[in-house]
Amino acid sequence: MQHQMEDFIRALRAADVKVSPAESIDAHEAVARIGYGDRELLKDALCATLAKSEDEVRRFDRAFDNFFARDPFDFATPPPPPEGGEAAPPEAKLEDVSEEAAGSELAQIILAGDSTALSQAMERAAQAAQVSEIRLSTQKSRLTRRLLDEMGVAEIEKIISQARRLEGEGGNALADRLEAGRKVVAAEAQRYVQRQHDLYAAESGRQLREELLARKALNAEGGIDPVDLQMMQALVRKMAKRLADRYSRRRNRARKGHLDVRRTLRQSMAYGGVPFNVVWKTERVDKPKIIAICDVSKSVAAAAQFLLTFLYSLNEVVDRMDAYAFSGRMIPVNQILDEHGVDKAILEVLKLIGFQQTDYGRALQDFAENHLDKLDRHTTVIFLGDARSNYADPRLDIMRTIHERSRSVIWLNPEPESYWNQGDSVMNRYLPFCHLAKTCNTLDQLERIIEDVLRQYVPH
Amino acid sequence: MTILAQAANASPSADSFASVDALVQGLAGVGYIASRRIATALYMSVHLQKPILVEGVAGVGKTELALSTATLLGLPLIRMQCYEGLDESKALYEWKYGKQLLYTQILKDRMGAELADAAGMDEAMERLHGMGDMFFSEPFLEPRPLMKALREDDGCVLLIDEIDKSDEAFEAFLLEVLSAYQASVPELGVIKAKTPPIVFLTSNNVRDLGDALKRRCLHLHIPLPEASLERRIVASRVPNIEERLTHQLVGFVQALREMDLRKSPSISETVDWARALILMHADSLDAAMVRDTLNVILKYEQDIQMVEPQVSELLRTAQTTP
Repeated sequence: MQHQMEDFIRALRAADVKVSPAESIDAHEAVARIGYGDRELLKDALCATLAKSEDEVRRFDRAFDNFFARDPFDFATPPPPPEGGEAAPPEAKLEDVSEEAAGSELAQIILAGDSTALSQAMERAAQAAQVSEIRLSTQKSRLTRRLLDEMGVAEIEKIISQARRLEGEGGNALADRLEAGRKVVAAEAQRYVQRQHDLYAAESGRQLREELLARKALNAEGGIDPVDLQMMQALVRKMAKRLADRYSRRRNRARKGHLDVRRTLRQSMAYGGVPFNVVWKTERVDKPKIIAICDVSKSVAAAAQFLLTFLYSLNEVVDRMDAYAFSGRMIPVNQILDEHGVDKAILEVLKLIGFQQTDYGRALQDFAENHLDKLDRHTTVIFLGDARSNYADPRLDIMRTIHERSRSVIWLNPEPESYWNQGDSVMNRYLPFCHLAKTCNTLDQLERIIEDVLRQYVPH
Repeated sequence: MTILAQAANASPSADSFASVDALVQGLAGVGYIASRRIATALYMSVHLQKPILVEGVAGVGKTELALSTATLLGLPLIRMQCYEGLDESKALYEWKYGKQLLYTQILKDRMGAELADAAGMDEAMERLHGMGDMFFSEPFLEPRPLMKALREDDGCVLLIDEIDKSDEAFEAFLLEVLSAYQASVPELGVIKAKTPPIVFLTSNNVRDLGDALKRRCLHLHIPLPEASLERRIVASRVPNIEERLTHQLVGFVQALREMDLRKSPSISETVDWARALILMHADSLDAAMVRDTLNVILKYEQDIQMVEPQVSELLRTAQTTP
């Protein structure tokens, strides 16, 4: 049973449930107390010790059901003798075939129809064949073959062919039954390997894909594969949540440990100079405010979806954030993001103003006319765009005002730096008015930069 | 198990912890209808002497679980509400600064007399050292919830409510208390619990808790209950309610939870609603009655506006659910 617990914990880890050694000790202690008898009790107890969040509980339940699923094998029973008619000739015995046939464990199990013994044999063979080491779905057929070899299926095949050559009907009957049994075993082995794959490999495959996605360029040719879209959105949401967890709660913490001498002395007057009330200096930290301005024009079309997804997630987790989107004109999108689910909100924004000719000057002017009062010295402004303005006036004067009024201006550009001043890009002209300008075209970069931004430029 | 032994002295219902089923019954006896998963987690927590971290949306009975456990075991409940900015001095102990100062003022003359006949500065210093410690001793110590819990010799139930609202620094500070059931006060040394308290931490998931804290705790997530369980809870909390009303009411609330509301009603809202309806002498639900009392289960204006036009329809669904 020890071995099975270890395997189960490994399966949990593969399913992205973090299990530390200390927790696995807890789990063993729990099992020692309650035993393996009651399946539901075992499940609940292990769940309490091993799964540590709502998500993990869900994954735990799935892994548990999968791991401890033991479907009974279905052996074909020998057909009953036809009624009334002639009794079928008695089946040949294994001993009649050959001596080694009589020694074949698997053959005996098949003939006895003993499913418990078969599942035990399969567990043993699986350990020898290291089936649980499976990592990729392409390994499935090879591992199934190895598992069958370990179980001694080759032997069965030999016995079958020998039995067919035996004199009399009995040999064939035996061969038929072994043949049927062999099929059951083969199907079972396939299912077994499939389950092992689900347990140990499916999740790690997903993790691998997530990692690749996080590094994939958002403005790559053809954009992101629609198949990956959902996973990407989930990734972005996770990332925004992580950032918000770390930074949204650091505000208004008072500084402690410094005596406010002036106020302490003032208060002590009431007690004849004895400082009964000691006053400590406190410092109220401002709440951060973020204004995010996102380009959704044609030139950043591929990246726009993800920048918007990111805006959406950030909007959900940061209390004070104003989001704007533009291509020709600029509009506030907070309301849209608040009212709809992520997919619909993005579509809505793109439908309203997406994929038109970019005009940075025009957009900045819209911002200056309608929303300039939102800027104050607590505000961090984040631009997400490629600064390709189609040779229109970039309105540097407005950019300067924004720079002067806000706490900091950050520009995230999906293009690499070497492209920044080529063609109609005015990035280099905006640069003097940015506190930070960076290339950002993968999720990984986006997360790292936003984290820097929050740490450095947002007061906390 | 020390806890069991202690509990046996304290109350006859200690048998409740003999098995999970007994625990379910014991909790039901003090008015808490627990699912098996809840009872198992509590059972493991007591027997493995581990704190238990309870998560779930507001009003599913996280705090109630701690209260009921305390009642069941006949142990005192010590509750610590967490908030942003909570620190050691509010959670563990504080020196009674005012009292210290007052005593020094009162004893000033007495101390002067003591020191008057000292030959030279060194000796006066020496005597002062002897007195110094008396101002940092038990009588001047203000114990806060954690310290109180550690000093309950017969054990107690410690409820650390809404731990997710506290700062990360405080969470780190809790680790020593939770893993070793001890805390250190520099002036007094290490204070260790004679009987480890049964610790509940609750969280509403305002932020993710640190892995170190989670690792030290058992985890229990209380979901919103299924209809049958919720009916039993209502019946146990509101004893003189008609069965037909319970049926309709729970069905209605369950239907509400299917909707896309800003705040879905949880168990506490269901129970409040049931009580409100009893006060109004209702023996079954009708659309007018529901509209009048909708503000008991829904806490946002938008939600109420959204649900109001659909009340009759929801009631029909509620009738047909098993």
